[in-house]
Amino acid sequence: MAKNKQTMSRALQRREDIAGYLFMLPSLIFFLGFVVIPMFVCIGYSLTDATMHQQAATQFVGFSNFAKLFQDKVFLEALRNTFVIVIVSVPTVCAFSLWVSSVIYKLSGPVLSAFRCIFYLPVVTGSVAVTVVWKWMFDNYTGIINTALKGAGLIEKNINFLGDSKWALWCIILILFTTSVGQPIVLYVSALGNVDQGLVEAAKVDGATDLQVFWKIKWAQMMPTTLYILVITTINSFQCFALIQLLTQGGSGTQTVMYYIYYTAFKLTQQAGHFGYANAMGVVLAIFIGILSALQFRLAKEK
Amino acid sequence: MKTNNVGPRATVYKVISVIILVILAVLFVFPLYWIVTGAFKPGADIYAQKPVWWPSEWVMTNFNELLAKRSAPLWELKVPFSQWFTEKHEPLVFSAGPSVPAAFRWLINAVFMAAVAMGLTCITAAMAGYALAKKRFRGRAILFGLIICAMALPKQVILIPLLKEMNFLMFTDTLWAVIFPTVGWPFGVFLMKQFSESIPGEILEAARVDGSSEVRTFGTIVLPMVKPGIGALAIFTFINCWNDYFMQLIMLTSGANFTMPLGVATLQAETSVNMGLLMAGAALAALPIIIVFLIFQKYFTQGITMGAVKG
Repeated sequence: MAKNKQTMSRALQRREDIAGYLFMLPSLIFFLGFVVIPMFVCIGYSLTDATMHQQAATQFVGFSNFAKLFQDKVFLEALRNTFVIVIVSVPTVCAFSLWVSSVIYKLSGPVLSAFRCIFYLPVVTGSVAVTVVWKWMFDNYTGIINTALKGAGLIEKNINFLGDSKWALWCIILILFTTSVGQPIVLYVSALGNVDQGLVEAAKVDGATDLQVFWKIKWAQMMPTTLYILVITTINSFQCFALIQLLTQGGSGTQTVMYYIYYTAFKLTQQAGHFGYANAMGVVLAIFIGILSALQFRLAKEK
Repeated sequence: MKTNNVGPRATVYKVISVIILVILAVLFVFPLYWIVTGAFKPGADIYAQKPVWWPSEWVMTNFNELLAKRSAPLWELKVPFSQWFTEKHEPLVFSAGPSVPAAFRWLINAVFMAAVAMGLTCITAAMAGYALAKKRFRGRAILFGLIICAMALPKQVILIPLLKEMNFLMFTDTLWAVIFPTVGWPFGVFLMKQFSESIPGEILEAARVDGSSEVRTFGTIVLPMVKPGIGALAIFTFINCWNDYFMQLIMLTSGANFTMPLGVATLQAETSVNMGLLMAGAALAALPIIIVFLIFQKYFTQGITMGAVKG
């Protein structure tokens, strides 16, 4: 009897295996073909001196691409800028969207969804359209920001925002900010709506202030949402590319790793298309993102 | 509940917050407003020393200029993988329609690209999500782990191997090169797994006992139950694909194959002084997607939230 039962379950297991993989198959073809395989090929390339043109001469060079990277001044500058962007934008996006959500989540339905839509608009508008209009707004001669600041008496001469290394990176962070807060706000609004009202009531009966209720109960209950927001905003900030490519092309002190990868692979004229080197950068970037995500998970778990 | 905190301080705080919020909302809408009005402004308004808040006259010159820029055949389609079956080993290309302004073609391209990516993603992700949530097949945990890891990976990191692969498959400079990696991106599978978790196992078991085939169970029981998830994923994929400037930039090289956002970006590089023209392009790149978003907003909010809450 026992043996019979085991073969039954084995047959069942096989049935599950076959059905499972058949259902997975269409998705797996795309996932393996266009994500997983390139991922491994990327690591492989990063250990060679492959270029766009001479594929025949490709040689295994070990970790020398990586060693070269950390002596490359442009790469180090790009790394520094990327971290500035991430370190500034992630906490601001998080705090700002939390504040906005805490104000709007109690408003009535249509007003709430109007606000939610408005803050989501820059995301939907798309990076190209958003960038093009900001470029005009920041323009040295016809830009509305210069005109407005002059009108308000804050500046006397027009500032070349995107051409000045004092300003350019901050302009990019500002634009990135407007395109980053949409999703966190949607998430926080729904998380705030899901906070256990019983606990809030109980705390208030016990004489807790609004601020205490907020930190001790709501914030604690929203931790998973916050974690998710931290991770997606970090990845988003690392990926910021269109802004750089369309606004400054890495000039005025706005070189970032993402743009430098693109530049090395497709634009650099001297060593046109140094794929191996660019791939090494990609690997480094992926490692950084991995470490940061893991850290954020660890931090959130502890709390 | 309300009687608790209607002290004067709380009210003042609330009023001030709402005022700040309204100001912020205006600032967030402003770029879009500037695009739309800019697109219809005559040149004199655009280059005016004092900003012109409202077009002195609504004109179509910017759009006319945009449409006069280049031309392309109305429709062209390279059949994927067909190079392996033709005698000359060259892909089959279907081309149809009269020569039209390139901007038209960019719109058609963008819609085709986003719609196909959306359709393929929804089908494959719904199937895979169901399998991951409800089928106890071996290797499931490893696959799911791989999916989570890949989600954290920026797509751009794999761009060079991807480009080589596309070269090999002869997809470069076709919309397929943007569509296929979008479909492969595992967020959809993850989202659909979250939605499928809520299907009660007893219903599936009952269907199995009744002798319903796997395919029928999926079609008649699973799909209707995860419909809201598919709606969310559809709109999400459409917007993401439309706005995935990076992939479009890398993969599409000839003017006729551009999408609207890429076309605008290229114009920007060519004529960075003609702001009216650029705003007309930006309006055409942004408005279709904004309309789609506003119509399906409800699904969208639901989808974003669902991905996170159980994540």
